[in-house]
Amino acid sequence: MLTYLARRILIMVPTLIAISIITFIIIQLPPGDYLTTMINEMQSQGENVDQSKIDALRAQYGLDRPMYVQYFHWATGLLQGDYGYSFEYQLPVADVVGDRVFLTFVLNFATIIFIWVVAFPIGIYSATNQYSLGDYGLTFLGFIGLATPNFLLALILLYLANIWFGTSIGGMMDPKYLDQPWSGEKVMSVLEHLWVPVVVIGTSGTAAMIRRLRANLLDELQKQYVVTARAKGLHPFKALMKYPLRMSLNPFIADIGNMLPQVISGSAVVAMVLSLPTTGPMLIGALQSQDMYLAGSFLMFLALLTVIGMFISDLLLAVLDPRIRLGGGTNR
Amino acid sequence: MNDQLTPLLRVRDLQVAFDLPGGELLAVNKVSFQVRAGTTVALVGESGSGKSVVSQAIMGLLPPVAEIRSGSILFADDRKKGTITDIARLHRDGKAMRQIRGGQISLIFQEPMTSLSPLHTVGNQIREALELHRNVSGREAQELTEDMLRMVGFPDPARALRTYPFELSGGLRQRAMISMALICRPSLLIADEPTTALDVTIQAQILKLMKDLQAELGMAVLMITHDLGVVANMADDVVVMYRGRVMESGTREQLFRDPQHPYLKALMAAVPRFNMEPGERLVPIRDIKSETGHLLAPTESAKAPVDSKKPILKVDSLSKCFTIRQGSWLSSEESKVYALDDVSFEVLPGECLGLVGESGCGKTTLSKTIMRALTPDQGAVTYADQDGEIDVLGLDGSRLTDFRQKLQFVFQDPFSSLNPRMTVFDIVSEPLVIHGIGDDAYRREMVSELMKLVGLDARHLNRYPHSFSGGQRQRIGIARALALKPRMLICDEPVSALDVSIQAQVLNLLKDLQEQLNLTYLFISHNLAVVDYIADRIAVMCAGRLVELAPREELFRNPVHPYTKALLRAVPDPSLDNPLDFESIMDSRCSIPSEWPAPFTVSEETHPRLIDLGDGHFVRADESALTLRLAS
Repeated sequence: MLTYLARRILIMVPTLIAISIITFIIIQLPPGDYLTTMINEMQSQGENVDQSKIDALRAQYGLDRPMYVQYFHWATGLLQGDYGYSFEYQLPVADVVGDRVFLTFVLNFATIIFIWVVAFPIGIYSATNQYSLGDYGLTFLGFIGLATPNFLLALILLYLANIWFGTSIGGMMDPKYLDQPWSGEKVMSVLEHLWVPVVVIGTSGTAAMIRRLRANLLDELQKQYVVTARAKGLHPFKALMKYPLRMSLNPFIADIGNMLPQVISGSAVVAMVLSLPTTGPMLIGALQSQDMYLAGSFLMFLALLTVIGMFISDLLLAVLDPRIRLGGGTNR
Repeated sequence: MNDQLTPLLRVRDLQVAFDLPGGELLAVNKVSFQVRAGTTVALVGESGSGKSVVSQAIMGLLPPVAEIRSGSILFADDRKKGTITDIARLHRDGKAMRQIRGGQISLIFQEPMTSLSPLHTVGNQIREALELHRNVSGREAQELTEDMLRMVGFPDPARALRTYPFELSGGLRQRAMISMALICRPSLLIADEPTTALDVTIQAQILKLMKDLQAELGMAVLMITHDLGVVANMADDVVVMYRGRVMESGTREQLFRDPQHPYLKALMAAVPRFNMEPGERLVPIRDIKSETGHLLAPTESAKAPVDSKKPILKVDSLSKCFTIRQGSWLSSEESKVYALDDVSFEVLPGECLGLVGESGCGKTTLSKTIMRALTPDQGAVTYADQDGEIDVLGLDGSRLTDFRQKLQFVFQDPFSSLNPRMTVFDIVSEPLVIHGIGDDAYRREMVSELMKLVGLDARHLNRYPHSFSGGQRQRIGIARALALKPRMLICDEPVSALDVSIQAQVLNLLKDLQEQLNLTYLFISHNLAVVDYIADRIAVMCAGRLVELAPREELFRNPVHPYTKALLRAVPDPSLDNPLDFESIMDSRCSIPSEWPAPFTVSEETHPRLIDLGDGHFVRADESALTLRLAS
C-alpha cells in the first residue's frame, strides 16, 4: 500500500508538467498577446500608440522572447510560489485572486453541503419508496431542477427577492461592506446574501445527485445481504443505513476529485448574473484579454486541485472499501 | 425436552399471492405442513414451485408485492412455554416479528457470495445478530462470536473475526453465514438451498456441520432444496411442492421407498444416479423431440470411417500460471497460482470425455485455453480430423477464424450467455454471419432446422431470450454452438444452472445430438453423477493438475487417487441405501496436493507424473504406486 501511495504521488508530477505545457500552449494559441489586445483597445478609442513604448513594454514583460523561454520563466516561478504578474490588474496574480478565492470557497462549500443535505434524504426516500406517489413527485421536481438553466433561475430569484424583500441580493454582501475589514456584521451580510447563489447553483446538482443516489441505492437494495441483515432482526431503517447506503456511497466519494476544481472555478455564468465576486468571472475575463499569467496560473491551480482531489478520493475509497484496500484477494 | 404434542412450527392452509402488473399470482396455495422440534423437514421442489416463498412467509421477509391471503403460521416457541404466535398475523417489520427473526428463527441462503456485506468484517456482521437479541457486553459478544466461529470450524477464529467475506472461500463464507444464523441459538433454522452453490466436497462438509450443530443445539431445520440426494441424507420428513401446492408429504422412508404422486415419481426418475443400468436413460418430466433436417445430416466426409484410435484433440503438458497480488496497507506480496500444471490428455473422435473438479481447480481455464481465449505459459494443443492436423496454439488471423468452425462452446449460464437485445434468430444465425456462410435463405433454413434439432418451435425465432425458460435458453445456446456444424463441442457446466427435470432433458438432448451428428464432447462439470451419465471416460482435476483419468466404470469401481475417492464419497446419492458416510468425510485437506498421502503427494520436492495402470487408467503418483497397486 505504501508503494502504491508513493507511486500515485510520483505519477502526479509528470501529469502536472504535461498539464502545464498544454495549458500554456492553449493560452498562447490565439494570435497576438496581451499587448496587442491593449493596443487594439487603445486605437479603437482613438489614442495614439507609440511603437517604441510598446517594444519597451514587450521587452519588460518578456513577450518578445520565444515561447519556451516564457514557459520556463513561468514554470520555475510557479515552483517558487511566484504566480506571475497580471497585466490587466497591474498586480501580482496572488494579490488579484486573494479575497475572491476565499469567497468562492465559502460559496461553493455551502453549495456542496446544501446539495448533500437536500439530496440524501430525498434520494433515500425515492429509492425505498420506488414508484410511490412521493417518488414520482420528487422525480418530477428533480427533472425540473435539472432542466432549468441556472442563470434563468438566478434572474427569477433576483426579481422575486426585489419584489418580496425589497432588497437587492446581487453580490455576496451589502455594498457598504465592500473593501471593509471583516466584522460580525459583514459576516451576517454575507450569510444573508449567500442563500440565493447557493440555491441557484445547487439546484441542478441536487437534482442530479438525487437521481444518482436513487439508482445506486435501488441496485443495492436488491442485493442478498440486505435480506440477510433483515433476517437477523435488524430494523429495516438501521439495516438500510448500515449496508446498502454505505455501499452506494462509493460513486460519490469517487466524485470528490471532480468537485474540488468546481469549488474554485464556481459557476461563472451565475456569478456574472448575480455579480458575485468569485473567481469564475475573473477567469473568463483573463482568458478574453489574454492576461496569460493570470489565466495560466489559475488553470494550473485548477489542475492541481483535480489531481489532488483524485488522489484524496482514491485514498478515501481505499479506507472505506476493504475490497479496494485488500485488492485482488481471493479473486479467481 | 420439548412438548412433543405441539409441533414447533405448524403451517396451515397458507396462501401467498403476488400482486403483479399482469394480474394476481398465487405462489403458495393451501400449503400445510409441520416441523417438530429438533427434526429436519425438507421442502423439495423445482424453481418456481413456491418453496422459497414459504420460507419468506415464515421469516416475515416477503417482498412488498406479496401478501399472505389466508392460513396461519403457528410458531410455538419452546423458550416461552405455552405461547403460540401466529406469524401470519404479525406486522412484517414490527417489533414482535423482528424478535423472532434471527432470535428464534434464522435463515441461511444459497449464495454465500452475496449474502454477506463485503464492506463489513465477518465478526462485525455476526456480532450484530447477537447484540440485537441478547443483552451482552462488548467483550462477551466478542467471545461468544469467537466461540461460534470455532464451532463452525474456522481454523483461526480470532483472525476470522477481522476478515472480510471476500477474503474467504465459498465454503468458509457459508460457515460464517451459519454461525451468524446460529449465534442466538434459534429453535428453528431455515436453510434455503444451503449447499447448492458449493462444491460436492464442501457440500458434504457443510451438511455434516449442520447435522452436528443440530444435534448439539437441539434445533429444528427446515431445509429447502431441489437436490434429492441432500434430502435422502438429511431429512426426517419430506414435503414435495409443485406450482405452489403440496404434492406429497411424509417421512423420508415413505417417500423414497414408495412414492405415490406421479410428480414425485417423475422427479425421482429424472435424477442421474450412480447405480444406473448401462444404456438406461433419464426420464425428464417433459421430454423433447429432436429432429435433424437435410442440412444438418452428417456429411459424407464426416461419416467416413475415421481412425477412432487417432485422437481428435490432444492436449500436451499445458501449463498456465496466474500471478496474484495480495496486499495490505504496509506490504504487498505476489504469489503464483498454477491454474494449469502439466495437463495432458487426449479426446478420441466420437467419445465424450468428462472433466470433473471443484471450482477453482482450473477446468474453466483449461477450456478457455483450448478455445484460445487464454494463452498458456507452455504446452501444446493439437486438433486433428480428416482434414489434417492443426496446431491450435499456433493459429492466428483467418486460420484461427476457420478453426472456430470445428470446435464450439456451450456456456454454463444460460442467462448471461445470450444477448438480451438480440432475437433468437439473430443469436442462432450470428455464427453463420460471422463466418460468411450461406445466403439469407440458407441461414433461415439452417436456423429453423437447428431449432427443431434442439426441440424448440421454429415459430419462436422472433422472440427475445427473456421469454424463454432456463432450459430453453440453454437449448438455444446449444443450437448456436451447432450452427457451424462443428466436429467437437466443449460444454462447460451446461446443466449446473438448471433444475433436475430440465437437467435430464438437456442431458438427453446432448446424448442424442452426439449420436445423430457424430459429435465429440469435452464435458466439464462438478457433478459426478451428471458426468457419470454422459461421459465415456472421466478425467479428475484438482488444483490445476489432472490427478486421475479412467474409463467411466473403472473410475467408479476402482478409484485410486485419494482426491477421487474423497470426491466419490462426498456425492449424496438420492436413495436411502447409500447414505453419505459423514464420519469419513475428510476436511478440506483432500483438495490440497501437499496433504495427499504418499505416493500421491505433490509438493516442492515431489512432482509425480501420470502413470499408466493399464486399461486406459491413469493416475498421478510416484512410480512406486505401480507396485502398490499390483500388491493390492
